[in-house]
Amino acid sequence: MGQIEWAMWANEQALASGLILITGGIVATAGQFTQWYFGAYSIFSVAGVFVCLLEYPRGKRRKGSTMERCGQKYMTKVVKLFGPLSRNYYVRAFLHLGLSVPAGFLLATILGTACLAIASGIYLLAATRGEQWTPIESKPKERPQVGGTIKQPPSNPPPRPPAEARKKPSEEQDEAAGAGVSSGPQENPIPVTDEVV
Amino acid sequence: MANCLLNHWLSVLVLVMWLGLNVFLFVNAFLSYEKGDKYYYTREILGSALAWARASARCLNFNSMLILFPMCRNLLSFLRGTCSFCRRTLRKQLDHNLTFHKLVAYMICLHTAIHIVAHLFNFERYDRSRQSTDGSLASVLSSLSHQEKEGDSWLNPMQTTNMTVIYMTLTSIPGFTGVIITIVLVLMVTSSMEFIRRSYFEVFWYTHHIFIIYFIGLGIHGIGGIVRGQTEESIKENHPYRCAEFFEKWDDHDFHCKSPQFEGNSAESWKWILAPGVLYFFERILRLYRSQQQVMITKVVMHPSKVLELQMIKRGFSMEVGQYIFVNCPSISYLEWHPFTLTSAPEEDFFSIHVRAAGDWTENLIKAFEQQNSPIPKIEVDGPFGTASEDVFQYEVAMLIGAGIGVTPFASILKSIWYKFQHADHNLKTQTIYFYWICRETGAFAWFNDLLASLEQEMEESGKVGFLNFRLFLTGWDNNIAGHAALNFDKATDILTGLKHKTFFGRPMWDKEFSTIATIHPKSVVGVFLCGPQALEKCLRKCCHQYSSLDPRKTQFYFNKENF
Repeated sequence: MGQIEWAMWANEQALASGLILITGGIVATAGQFTQWYFGAYSIFSVAGVFVCLLEYPRGKRRKGSTMERCGQKYMTKVVKLFGPLSRNYYVRAFLHLGLSVPAGFLLATILGTACLAIASGIYLLAATRGEQWTPIESKPKERPQVGGTIKQPPSNPPPRPPAEARKKPSEEQDEAAGAGVSSGPQENPIPVTDEVV
Repeated sequence: MANCLLNHWLSVLVLVMWLGLNVFLFVNAFLSYEKGDKYYYTREILGSALAWARASARCLNFNSMLILFPMCRNLLSFLRGTCSFCRRTLRKQLDHNLTFHKLVAYMICLHTAIHIVAHLFNFERYDRSRQSTDGSLASVLSSLSHQEKEGDSWLNPMQTTNMTVIYMTLTSIPGFTGVIITIVLVLMVTSSMEFIRRSYFEVFWYTHHIFIIYFIGLGIHGIGGIVRGQTEESIKENHPYRCAEFFEKWDDHDFHCKSPQFEGNSAESWKWILAPGVLYFFERILRLYRSQQQVMITKVVMHPSKVLELQMIKRGFSMEVGQYIFVNCPSISYLEWHPFTLTSAPEEDFFSIHVRAAGDWTENLIKAFEQQNSPIPKIEVDGPFGTASEDVFQYEVAMLIGAGIGVTPFASILKSIWYKFQHADHNLKTQTIYFYWICRETGAFAWFNDLLASLEQEMEESGKVGFLNFRLFLTGWDNNIAGHAALNFDKATDILTGLKHKTFFGRPMWDKEFSTIATIHPKSVVGVFLCGPQALEKCLRKCCHQYSSLDPRKTQFYFNKENF
């Protein structure tokens, strides 16, 4: 149990609560329920959409690789801007607790309240264990180094004898700095000239 | 596409039947509440939301009943065992229990959403008609309890004008239990997301046990009779079609229509969930009983690449090839049970597992066994449970593919073959086996080196060299290893494993493998068994479909995957 990152579960729970809040708000507003303006609050102003946007980018796991959510890198940039406010889970815990309260006055969104409050509790647990939100950043693509894998070019001109005959002389050739064409122990049947203009 | 259908026709059939039953139950309940005379007056207040809520409730009952069945491992194992005369496709169906469980869960979530939205409208409408003073039929019906002195013939559960919907929800049994079980459902769903399950299994395992609260809550949910319809006797006196429009005159004693009387529907959820609940309860008792039997550890071997082998004996334990057990170590954690495939053969007098360090629990287990001074920790075992590997000997030709530690079920099979050969068991249906082992590092080969070497030798001695074909693939090679292998190309045995079969470097080319096998065995049914990652599964499934011919007499590839 020691390696559990509670924040990951809290994140899923908060995202689900955000969606439930939005749904409840839509139902209340569409049905023109009594006190539906609480429903409007749930959708349009702070609670539902804000929670979803905040929770959409998944944080990086401490150990191992993390699966990103589809298209989360745009929100990651925005959430990163808030610095310590978004990194610290205490802030998130109390923020969610505060956001859930107004939704508790309308029946349609009361489920969202309960779920968001639970998410807030799990975030509190995560915060007391010192967890932090770290953004998942894509590593810059390493440029393949052209020519890095090409080893020492053959120092014999063709035709070259097969591998076994070449193995013994290879140690001698390693010592000789392979700048120019060295004649080596091979006897070419046809004289070879290097045509350099 | 045709091949896909051929391989999975039973799954498709089960799915279609399940969906069909869902639709049927939904429509049936919907029509009975939308059109029935009994609910005419209820509909006056509530409209269609009543029918939506009741129809989704019926589907919820149905799916809650179904969801426990795939989780009864012992029952499923028993069914697999008794179905030995059944066709291979029927037994494969029982592998898909987890997939079915998830599908049913998604359906429950969908219907919960419909049910809640419909009831939100219901409560709102009850509230409105209670508050209204326009003298409409709805408001007259809502004020019924105040006028009638006999029994509880009320229709609107909101009796006073002061009551708010929230108060109503939280103080009535259906409302309160509804909120609780929905919260429980949401918690279960968020902790079962694939990401959480794979990375933090314990969170999923413990949280999922709150399903008990869900089922108890569901059983209680219907008590209270809030859904009300007209009684039979009342319909005789006050039939809606005749009397509804004259509602102002109901109070007159001379009028032929009396005030309607209502009764609440009794709880019906418990009828659906009682049987699976009891069955699952017995399943858990059985698991507990089996786990209490004493387990004696006879041998502990520490292999390279942080792999621990445990050999154990337990009274009354009998296994088949490729089965798995659940292991618990109370000194590490009282409540956690982790699954491991058995790596020993049924013919041996002990059973063994190979455990790789892959997380909290496994690392602690290896650490506990590594300590020389302290006594060996106690182990509890539940199982064995059956999976697809039992089917290996039913196929004429079998392709066994294991990636890394995923080779464990096949180790059991190979060992069993060795014993069968020793006892000259000629009843084996299997004619040829192709064994593919894909490994990242050479240290991994050490585990079953002895086994593979002795099998090779055994085959040579009995003159059946073609029976068992190994293909070992090393995917994490570098230039040193390749150079070394190139130098020793002519040697009779492989430098890495000491086997006669040479190790290949890199990943297998499946197209080539499948087409070769299809050519060598033109009329056989080939079983393909995989224990490994999902990417490999996709690739192999594709190859199975591609290389199975449409003609059932020619080569057919059937795919089976291990799942926990």
